[in-house]
Amino acid sequence: MKILAYLETLDGALKKTAFETITAAQHLAKNSGGSVVGIIIGGADASGAGAYGLADCLVAKHALLEKQSTSAVAETLAQAAKAENADVVLLPASSTGKEIAPRLAVKLEAGLAPDTIAHEVSGADVIVTRPVYAGKARLKSKITTAKKVITIRPNVFTAKKVDAPATTATRDFAPNLADNHVKATVTSVSRNTGKLDVAEADIIVSGGRGLKGPENFHLVESLAGTLGAAVGASRAVVDAGWRPHGEQVGQTGKTVSPTLYIAAGISGAIQHLAGMSSSKVIVAINKDKDAPIFQIADYGIVGDAFEVLPKLTEKVKAVVGK
Amino acid sequence: MNILVGLSQVPDTTTKIVIGADGKSIDSKGVKYIMNPYDEFALEEALRLKEKNGGTVTAVTVGGDGAKDVLRTALALQVDKAILVKSDSADSFVIASNLAAVAQEIKPDVVLFGRQSIDFDSFQVAPMVAEILDMPSVTITSKLEINGTSLSAERDIEGGKETVAASLPAVISAQKGLNEPRYPKLPDIMKAKSKPIEERAASALSARTEIVGLELPPAKGKGKVLGDSDGDIAELVKLLHEEAKVI
Repeated sequence: MKILAYLETLDGALKKTAFETITAAQHLAKNSGGSVVGIIIGGADASGAGAYGLADCLVAKHALLEKQSTSAVAETLAQAAKAENADVVLLPASSTGKEIAPRLAVKLEAGLAPDTIAHEVSGADVIVTRPVYAGKARLKSKITTAKKVITIRPNVFTAKKVDAPATTATRDFAPNLADNHVKATVTSVSRNTGKLDVAEADIIVSGGRGLKGPENFHLVESLAGTLGAAVGASRAVVDAGWRPHGEQVGQTGKTVSPTLYIAAGISGAIQHLAGMSSSKVIVAINKDKDAPIFQIADYGIVGDAFEVLPKLTEKVKAVVGK
Repeated sequence: MNILVGLSQVPDTTTKIVIGADGKSIDSKGVKYIMNPYDEFALEEALRLKEKNGGTVTAVTVGGDGAKDVLRTALALQVDKAILVKSDSADSFVIASNLAAVAQEIKPDVVLFGRQSIDFDSFQVAPMVAEILDMPSVTITSKLEINGTSLSAERDIEGGKETVAASLPAVISAQKGLNEPRYPKLPDIMKAKSKPIEERAASALSARTEIVGLELPPAKGKGKVLGDSDGDIAELVKLLHEEAKVI
């Protein structure tokens, strides 16, 4: 299969999701006897992709692409997929990837498998796995059309550097775009400056009602600071106004899959588990030993988060040397 | 203003999932079905747009007879018209196409959905409908302002928010925070029982995906649970560093 991998960029550099997409694409290409071509929108530097084995990359350029319109990106990817005769287009299931992929699938008359966590090549088919019912079940499905669009859940396909790095050769790609392809445009972006977002963090320390009050969240922030982690929060404390909605992990907040998730004073309501159960290692700190969070935790401390956190931060400092 | 809002029916969030005998779907015995929580924000926004601008709100659901319940709730909240497109398909393209067909007939200024349904969590329907209708779409919308035929919307992105501009007609998917949904009053719930729901057959379309199987997530081995003594906390740090190798 020929795989077209959409590489997300930010401020002219490849994002972490780009390397994950390359790794997932290489896996599909290897198991189906095919090849990978990357595609970047605009003028980003593709050289970092070589370490992950990407040898061939399109760079799409068009004045209308500067308007940051997901519909124009979808059109560009559709034209590139046709020009390259790609069987599969792979994208990250990020906030923009989720807007682009359904449009792209309609344009290519392709089936779409969203938010996948595993791919298995079976003849001409790709069997994909994805979490459904808030992570309480896993759906295996296949796309029945010849062309396939697949999005991958961020942080699940760990980006792997290859033993023999490639030199990424770039080719300019000029899509044929008209004003009508630009539908909604981004007029401004406000970033949470200086704060790591839970959706992009490798380590997350989340706090819940067990912290007793907003004034105690510095205990969570302190451990997060020591670990270089993002601060997360349960729905209960966001609804209570202790923390901003942007930090909420769970069904009505963000879905995360970090390497390490530390839940402090969070009982583990299903709404919360839905957002973090695919984390690689889960640590629970809760004074109720029967709290549901312990059922999915790899490590647990039965104790009051309020008292455990400061001690834990001290001991972590000794290990990570900060 | 002509407003179309798409609603779906999903198992209650607290449902314990049991895999059905076919190995491809859930066992629906004892499952309580509710309106998809994100659709409540979409429906509320539709009602507010009508209150502000006048016009009509049409609620549409693609599903089986059971899905009439969510349309009854919408009728109790005073939507003007309710349509059930009868289909048991779980394929997003089939569902999106049927919704788009209703939109083509109604010619809405605004089409509203929840950001995702909490059963299959696929995030596909809103942008697919927009693409089929050749309309702009804004997903995961937490703030919406409409002035004449142009809209400005705020949406959540990784590490912040972005503001998006588009012109009507447009498709919007709602995120928590967009509004505070109202609840239907008992007399209105009673009245809604006798209001008409228009039923129509789904168009015959081939699904583009096929379910191979549904399974429970792999059971996690029993985690190591420690106490809260200094020694236990030191042990945890050691395990994270040496065994799990995550710090």
